[in-house]
This record gives sequence, structure tokens and C-alpha cells, in this order.
Amino acid sequence: MTTDWVKSDRQLARETLLRARGRRSLSAATTSTVIVVVVAAVAITASPGWPRVQETFFNWDALVNSLPDVLRGFLLNVMLFMIAEPIVLVLGLGVALVRGLRAPVFFPLRALAVLYTDIFRGIPVILLIYLVGFGVPALQLQGAPADPFTLGIIALVLSYTSFVAEVFRSGIDSIHPSQRAAARSLGLSHGQTMRYVVVPQAIRRVVPPLLNDFASLQKDTALVALLGPLEALRQAQIHVAKTFNYTPYVAAALLFIALTVPMARFTDHLAARAAHRRGGG
Amino acid sequence: MALLTIDGVWKRYQDHSVLRGVDLTVSSHEVVCLIGASGSGKSTLLRCVNLLETVDDGAIHLDGQEITDVRADPDDIRKRIGIVFQAYNLFPHMTVLDNITLAPRKVHGVRRAEAESQARDILTRFGLADKAATYPDRLSGGQQQRVAIIRALATHPRLLLLDEVTSALDPTLVNEVLGIIRELKQTGMTMILATHEMTFARDIADTICFLDQGTLVEHGPPAQIFDAPQNPRTREFLYG
Repeated sequence: MTTDWVKSDRQLARETLLRARGRRSLSAATTSTVIVVVVAAVAITASPGWPRVQETFFNWDALVNSLPDVLRGFLLNVMLFMIAEPIVLVLGLGVALVRGLRAPVFFPLRALAVLYTDIFRGIPVILLIYLVGFGVPALQLQGAPADPFTLGIIALVLSYTSFVAEVFRSGIDSIHPSQRAAARSLGLSHGQTMRYVVVPQAIRRVVPPLLNDFASLQKDTALVALLGPLEALRQAQIHVAKTFNYTPYVAAALLFIALTVPMARFTDHLAARAAHRRGGG
Repeated sequence: MALLTIDGVWKRYQDHSVLRGVDLTVSSHEVVCLIGASGSGKSTLLRCVNLLETVDDGAIHLDGQEITDVRADPDDIRKRIGIVFQAYNLFPHMTVLDNITLAPRKVHGVRRAEAESQARDILTRFGLADKAATYPDRLSGGQQQRVAIIRALATHPRLLLLDEVTSALDPTLVNEVLGIIRELKQTGMTMILATHEMTFARDIADTICFLDQGTLVEHGPPAQIFDAPQNPRTREFLYG
């Protein structure tokens, strides 16, 4: 299309200037990064307590010794997360949809959904884990789950569903009313309008905030340690109790980071792609 | 028998009356153009007919059935009426083909293969055959509005409402949309249009209705309204 275009001298000079500015920016970024890292490293290692901290928190032998157990425990965290997350997604969407129902028969359901989000969004996860983990077995109900793994999942699901429901609800509310009008004018019922028109668009919009809640849920699986299952934090605690060395905690922290960082980058990637699509649309 | 009758319809928003007792009768195959300044109630009247707004008084009958009856099922009534909006309102997450076949498949229970072949036929007729798999945001405004009209037609409505369908388009794109409406008149579609395109209204309408501040001031065949308006308000609107 533009084969007849030869860059003018003015454009060539402009590009030379831009390249020079690019090189300057790169070297400035490199220099400032090196300085910050070196200063931080010197400040930490030169501190009077450093040898002791290094021995207690960054001990290679302690790391190697505890890692197999911590890793095995971490698999339990991954399982907690993998089971809880799909349940949270389905229930969260369900609660959000119930709050959108307008027919009078559904009033009790709607009221229940509002009550549920109000209560469970307000209770700290750690308290909820105690309440469910020790409260439910104490009821001694026939058929009620008693193993800490299941109880932990129930507590996490109860807490996170209330957050995810609000995320879905804000997504649903963000779809312009003209989309509903168009769907209803074609004869689609309220349910069909939600299913085929509103919810698919809402879900696309709330993927970044949902992934943010996922990252949070991944970390909070460690709180289930309070109930006793041998997950990463609990395994680390056991090693720490035996050796009085805190390195296993660092090992557990690194494993959690290894799981959440890819998730965070994936979230950024999705957000950037959505922004790009909007800009290019 | 009249296809649609509107009797003394009132519509209020807070303490402002947008429609003040409008009466109108539309026969089968008739094309009615609503003209009037912005805010005169044209769009509101169309939205009341499609039950997107509830009337505050009066009644609307379609095929002899009162559709403003509070016991009537709005979904059932909307199946018989198509509406096209000024802002197209296509579903952005669906292809052109899915936009068109959604209502036939989900509301009227047409099988996918059949719905799609019908949709392709009508897309071909209106010169959009190559756009079936495209998403709406890749189309020009004129193409989007043509797809919106096809989507409204896909359910074979008894009555088609067109709400200022060319107002968001630049002048070069207006004609391709007006062309479709002309073709629909040929096929005998009953239509009510709210429009600012006076030349087009004169050309296509069987009846012109002039609305001013929520009242139907004057109505009659185009020649009468445009050449010999009786009411001073109509004269002022048309001749300035």
C-alpha cells in the first residue's frame, strides 16, 4: 500500500532522536535498579543482626531438610484451592443472579442472598474457619462433615462466595440497559436474557477482579492449618518446632509465591488484552 | 380490522407528561411515520407499543387483544412485535449470525440449521452475506443497523417499530438503511417509524403523524400534511 513512501530526512532525523532517547531511558532504568538493589543488600547484610537472621531464616540445610514435607503439604493447599474455587464460582454467580430476580415469589430467596453477603463478607476468614471448623463438629449432627479438610473448604467457600457474588453482581449491573431492552424486545424472557445476553458479557468484564480474588483464596488456604490438616504452613510449623529454625516458613512462602505470581501475570495479560480490544474497537 | 389501535395513551415521567392522550389506528400493511421535534414523544410511543414502557392510562390493542392489560404476558406480545433502536443495540459478544438467530432459536424453537439458513437468505438479500461470521464492532454503522433490522425481522413480526434508525448514521450510510425499509414496504410489512428524514417519510409513508409535546396534533396522507397542514403547530414545525 505504501511502497511509494520513502522516509523523508525529517522523519529519519526524528527516528534517530527517538532511538537515542530510548537508549538513555534504558541506561537510566538499569543504573537506578542496580543502585537500589546494592543499597538494599548492603543495608540488610551490614545490619548487626544479619548473621543471626541469615542462620534462622535462610539456612540452606534447613531448607533442604524441610522442603519435601512442606512441598507435600503444599499439594494439599493446591487441592483445597482446586476444589474450593469452582464451587465459589458457581455459587457466587448463583447468589448474584438470585439478587437480580424481581418476581415477588422470590422475595425470601433475594432477602436470604442479601443477608448472606452482608454477614459472610464481614466475618474475617480466620474467624470463619474457627467457627465452622470447631462449631459444626460440636453440633454432632448426623451426616455433618467432621474432617478438617472438608470443613476448611466449607469455610473458605462461605467466605469467598460472598465476595465473588458481589463481583458478578457489579459485572451484571455494568451491562447497559439497552442490551436488556433489545433482548426483551425480541421476546426473550428474563432468564433467557440473563443467560444469553447479560451474563456472557458480564463474565468477560469481571475476569480480572475474579482472578484477583483467586490469588487471595490461594493464600488463605494456609489458614486451614488452624484446623490441623498437614498443609504447607502446618508442615513448616512442625519443622520449626523441631529445629527452632524459621527457614521452613520461607520455603512455604516461596511456594505460595510460585503459585500466585503466574496468576498475577495472567491477570495483567488479560487486563491488557481487554484494554487493547477496547482501544482498537 | 385494524392491526393496532392506540386509545388515549398517557405516559408520565415523575411530574412531566410525555404522552398526553394519544389516539392512533394502524391497519395491516400500513406504513406510519411519526414526525415531530426531539422530546415530542415519538420514541416513548414506540416503546409503549413494545411494552418496554408501561402506559399510565389508555389502552393499546394488537390484533384485537389488549396488550396493555396487566394480565397479558409481555414476552408473548413482544414475540409479535419487532423493534429497531437508534443505537442498534446488537449483542457485541455474538456474531452477526448468532445475533439474528438467537430469538428464532430460543424463543420460537426453530432448529439451529433452519434458523441459520433463513438468516443467511435474508443477509444475502440485503447484501450482507459475507458478514455472517463477523462481530458487530467490525461493521460500519449502516451495516450494524441493517443487521439490527434483519434481527428484528427474523422472528416474522406482525408489526415492525423503527425508532429513529438513521439518526446515528452519517449521511452516506443513511441510504443503505432506508433502502431496506423501502424493500420491507414492498413485502407488505406493517411499520411505524419515528423519523427526522422528512423526504423519506413523505416518500414511504401512507400516513404521517405529527406529534408535539405529547399530543398527536395532526395526521393524514403525506401530501396533506406536507403540502397543506391544517394546524398552525404543524406549519411551524415544517416550514419554520
